[in-house]
Amino acid sequence: MAHTDRTSIRFRLNDQTVELAGFAPDLTLLDWLRLDRRLTGTKEGCAEGDCGACTVLVGRIDNGLLSYETVNACIRLVGSLDATHVVTVEYLNRPDGELSAVQQAMVDNHGSQCGFCTPGIVASLHALWLAEPNPSEADIERQLQGNLCRCTGYEPIVKAAIAAAATIPDADNDRLVAAYDATTEALAGFADGALVTIEHERGTSFVPGDLDDLAALYEAHPKATIVAGSTDVGLWVTKHMRDISPVIHIGHLEELKQISIDDAGITLGAGVSYTSARGALVSLFPQMAELWDRIGGEQVRNMGTVGGNIANGSPIGDTPPPLIALGASVTLRKGSSRRTLPLADFFIEYGKQDRQPGEFVESIFVPALAEDAFFAVYKISKRRDEDISALCGAFHVITDAEGLVTSARIAFGGMAGTPKRATATEAALTGQPWSWDTIQAARLTLAEDYQPLSDWRASADYRMLAAQNLMIRFFLESCGAPARIERHPALAEA
Amino acid sequence: MDTSPSRSRTEISGGAHTPRKHDSAHKHVTGSADYIDDMAEPTGTLHGYLGLTDRAHATITSLDLDAVRASEGVVAVLTGADVPGVNDISPSGRNDEPVLAEGKVLFHGQPVFAVIAESRELARRAAKKAVIGYGDLPHVTDVRAAMEADYPLVTDPLKLERGDIEAGLAAAPKRLKGEMRIGGQDHFYLEGHIAFAIPGEDDEVTVWSSTQHPSEVQHMVAHALGTVSNAVTVQVRRMGGGFGGKETQSNQFAAIAAIAAKKLNRAVKIRPDRDDDMIITGKRHDFVVDYDVGYDESGVIHAVDATFAARCGFSSDLSGPVTDRALFHADNCYFYQDVRLVSKPMMTNTVSNTAFRGFGGPQGMLGGERMIEDVAYALGRDPLEIRKANFYGGPGRDVTPYHQTVEDNIIGRIVEELEASSDYQARRAEIIDFNENSPVVRRGIALTPVKFGISFTATWYNQAGALVHVYQDGSIHLNHGGTEMGQGLNTKVAQVLAEEFQVDLDTIRITATTTGKVPNTSATAASSGTDLNGMAAANAAQQIKTRLIAFASEKFSVPAEQVEFIPNHVRIGNELMAFGDFIKLAYQARIQLSAAGFYKTPEIHWDRASGKGRPFYYFAYGAAVSEVSVDTLTGEYQVDRVDVLHDTGRSLNPALDIGQIEGAFVQGMGWLTTEELWWDDKGRLRTHAPSTYKIPLASDRPKIFNVKLADWAENREPTIRRSKAVGEPPFMLPISVLEALGMAVASIADYQVSPKLDAPATPERVLMAVERLKALVADAGMPGEDGADA
Repeated sequence: MAHTDRTSIRFRLNDQTVELAGFAPDLTLLDWLRLDRRLTGTKEGCAEGDCGACTVLVGRIDNGLLSYETVNACIRLVGSLDATHVVTVEYLNRPDGELSAVQQAMVDNHGSQCGFCTPGIVASLHALWLAEPNPSEADIERQLQGNLCRCTGYEPIVKAAIAAAATIPDADNDRLVAAYDATTEALAGFADGALVTIEHERGTSFVPGDLDDLAALYEAHPKATIVAGSTDVGLWVTKHMRDISPVIHIGHLEELKQISIDDAGITLGAGVSYTSARGALVSLFPQMAELWDRIGGEQVRNMGTVGGNIANGSPIGDTPPPLIALGASVTLRKGSSRRTLPLADFFIEYGKQDRQPGEFVESIFVPALAEDAFFAVYKISKRRDEDISALCGAFHVITDAEGLVTSARIAFGGMAGTPKRATATEAALTGQPWSWDTIQAARLTLAEDYQPLSDWRASADYRMLAAQNLMIRFFLESCGAPARIERHPALAEA
Repeated sequence: MDTSPSRSRTEISGGAHTPRKHDSAHKHVTGSADYIDDMAEPTGTLHGYLGLTDRAHATITSLDLDAVRASEGVVAVLTGADVPGVNDISPSGRNDEPVLAEGKVLFHGQPVFAVIAESRELARRAAKKAVIGYGDLPHVTDVRAAMEADYPLVTDPLKLERGDIEAGLAAAPKRLKGEMRIGGQDHFYLEGHIAFAIPGEDDEVTVWSSTQHPSEVQHMVAHALGTVSNAVTVQVRRMGGGFGGKETQSNQFAAIAAIAAKKLNRAVKIRPDRDDDMIITGKRHDFVVDYDVGYDESGVIHAVDATFAARCGFSSDLSGPVTDRALFHADNCYFYQDVRLVSKPMMTNTVSNTAFRGFGGPQGMLGGERMIEDVAYALGRDPLEIRKANFYGGPGRDVTPYHQTVEDNIIGRIVEELEASSDYQARRAEIIDFNENSPVVRRGIALTPVKFGISFTATWYNQAGALVHVYQDGSIHLNHGGTEMGQGLNTKVAQVLAEEFQVDLDTIRITATTTGKVPNTSATAASSGTDLNGMAAANAAQQIKTRLIAFASEKFSVPAEQVEFIPNHVRIGNELMAFGDFIKLAYQARIQLSAAGFYKTPEIHWDRASGKGRPFYYFAYGAAVSEVSVDTLTGEYQVDRVDVLHDTGRSLNPALDIGQIEGAFVQGMGWLTTEELWWDDKGRLRTHAPSTYKIPLASDRPKIFNVKLADWAENREPTIRRSKAVGEPPFMLPISVLEALGMAVASIADYQVSPKLDAPATPERVLMAVERLKALVADAGMPGEDGADA
């Protein structure tokens, strides 16, 4: 810790510099905006990151470049905002005060009715407008997965997004573009690598300056709550009013955001967001693209991390099934010591992972696929997008020259108390010819591997039947037969 | 205001029948439209939070609130005993709905107490600290279980009867029986419930409430405070969505906020968390429909005997009129020779269900359409053929089960045009062809019609008032009894007023709805907002215009017929005067420039006891064709294309009307597909947030979505500028989605077996229906069907 410590965080809010000290560790960005700053354009719709009415932009310097992402202010903790630029709907109009291209297009296309979701939708579409000069309908739908509208049926909103793209963002029509260099400089100035400690009567927030800070802090405070994207922890605050102090924020740590690819596979730092991971991961595993785009909404993918999805041990997390099927391993760190174990072994039972006090997930390694491997992952949910899996199945099969299965790794989420391998089914496949008859017999073995529960997402019967049928889908697709519906087929192939 | 001559003399901007944008659109997109939670709070504002029970049915044996009172920041804790007036907010007048439960709880999540604290967060934390003792009682959450347990009805049932049902059924050449289960629906307005009360002098209080029914909130607050209505003022500028969920459900929050505000003499705001909002407030009714249909080989229905049982929840609320309306729409567009329809509004230990867009009509219509579907599959025919064979029309085939004659029927033309424009027949043939060669993915297509009755069936609700002021500079102030929840009511009423005065729309300022300006208003519900309030506003304008014409005629000595309101001007004889200049003259001549307008719907009457009358002033019509793809391995599906042709009469604002149709379609599609309410065995609703309750997303909307207004349509009744109501009717268009999913499923058994998809058709229900048909095919008992051809 060779740096100066601080007791306040510093960031930009619209056109102002803010320095904040002494706030509660569970203070959310939304409450701070609405209650402290009286910026009431940003709305609370659900307080759990699912409706998008609270969407704001957060700009951060990543590899030297300032970029803006949508986030859910309702579950974003203020402590995570050091060296960022928070932009609310009040600041999205043009520098001359006129409506932005997105706002004008929303008006012209009748994109608002009750108007309550509208500021969040404007924020989401603004981010898309900045990032994508010529968005496809698929891009727009993906951008809006985290924004619910109950009035319009979305048709005019999609039309507005297309219309807005006719205007190119520049310094005359967009404040963020106009202030790009100044903001970059300001944020770079804030990011001094300091260890920030914020004290409040309700507890402490730490913002470590680097990974070593984190390791030392967590070893010293093994009961601390580590917060990367707060897509889970945010709900502990807003829904359960749980005491999460002390909090250690890690979402900004560059060392945890590293992605490296070599012939052996891909290594993802635990702090890599779903959005950041997508490009590299999908380049290695194009079969993951659809699943990846169906995790949460865009805001959640911008905040949430693969490491967090693993560390929280949810039985219905979306990333463990494919990662287990691919044979991924996880590296844990405590202080300066590290250990690596197969991801499949990390999940012990419901609510229990192989993680010692003070130990945190540092990185995940996913081995590359063998050339002759078949791999696929399927998520089943009540609603296609922005829903939690009823079940998620991943299949990874290798056959030899004779067409016999030499290796089978199958993992499901939603079928047991943890993401879990289907060992009996794997055994039933191994050594058998990769054929319709083999699949028909082996798929029934899933009943030995899993005894799923009934709940509001699906009944036990449906879970089992759908899991067994997914084996059929996997087999058909491995033979090149079409076996599922795709809303944007061209995209899925890309 | 601008009275310069540059304002057009040939055409006004924003008159009736033009596609004007929503009046708040600019404020919506900039975040400057204020909702109640955005209002600046007076110093000392307190915040309330409700304490809920965790039992579905129990007596309260002890209530220990000491820890709540001792919690940080708590100023007061209220129970039912603290209600100064009557602890009841039952909108049905049956005294069955306490503000706060006393002695007994009747559903999991019922509010038992309220905490008032210095901040919302402190109130919320305190509310968790209550210790309540219970004596558990048996509970029932399901409609069928309620009937089997002999649970009571929450209100009197309705019977509609015409002809001789027993004889009709006996004489019919063919007969089938069936059951359909129809799920409920949460409103999921994006802005949750909120009430903000500021105490006044004496017994006065002003309440800002997110309500569709300010007058009822006013009356309920007065009732609970033990005072009279003139002490209470209720205001609402806009809501972030309502959909029926804020027709009666606002009463509880408003009453508690007002009680606390008066007790503590401080401003009090109550805004539940989304989960609590979904747990505390009522939803669309779930239904179980049992039907017995007599028909013939050509698919003509002879007789229908059906029972519509509904999950009403613990109290009556609006369940009486909701279940009534289910019966009113069980015929949809079809003539039944002999018919008996009976409602069963069942009590259950669940939240008290309430109004929701369509108000029981969708469930009734869905039951009727299921009968058509069953008949079609039993005969191996396209359901569209069966529909056409049963349409109202022709001598002796135009009387509804409630004895109203259908006089304005245009469904034949609507369906004919849509069938052609959507290329229905060719697409259906292509889909059947596709399905023959597609082992996993199956497709389906369906065309379903809608006929929806317009008017409150509570006849006295069909009245409205408006208050219009013309100020001496010619600017106009508009107030009416309707509420704005996104539907664009204010825009439409302002367009009506602009048309009346022949001034540009921006001459008119729309103001917040308040009980202090227009009294005794009806709920903005039943799609009636524009019909009623538009007429009342027009009436006010006409009163003022009559005075102005008399004034001009006298002052300029021209016959009254030579005084004419033309765009932004008044023509008096051969003279032309800017509107503002003319108004100034009238003011100086002491002409009254303000009027209270009034309207009541003519010709309607309804005798519930005999089940006869004319409950509806007119009907709105529409039809949709939906095409879907289904994955028969998992039950997943998508909506590939939807074509809609809908009747809004002479649309007052085509842009807003199309917005209502698209929005209603997607909302109705959600009801029938992914929106599922799920209670556990403790009677606890487990789908009470967007993480667990799934409304449609942009990526769920039909991939191709063609919506057209029937531009030739005109209301045959003299409604406001011959337009028709549009809020609810299009909600039922997506019945075509459910039926298209059914057709894809039915392909498994060569379209010879009714797929009988219950709603919502989640992927799970679709897959299970596929499995049922696969099993039938495997049993080789094909064709032939369970229950059919009895």
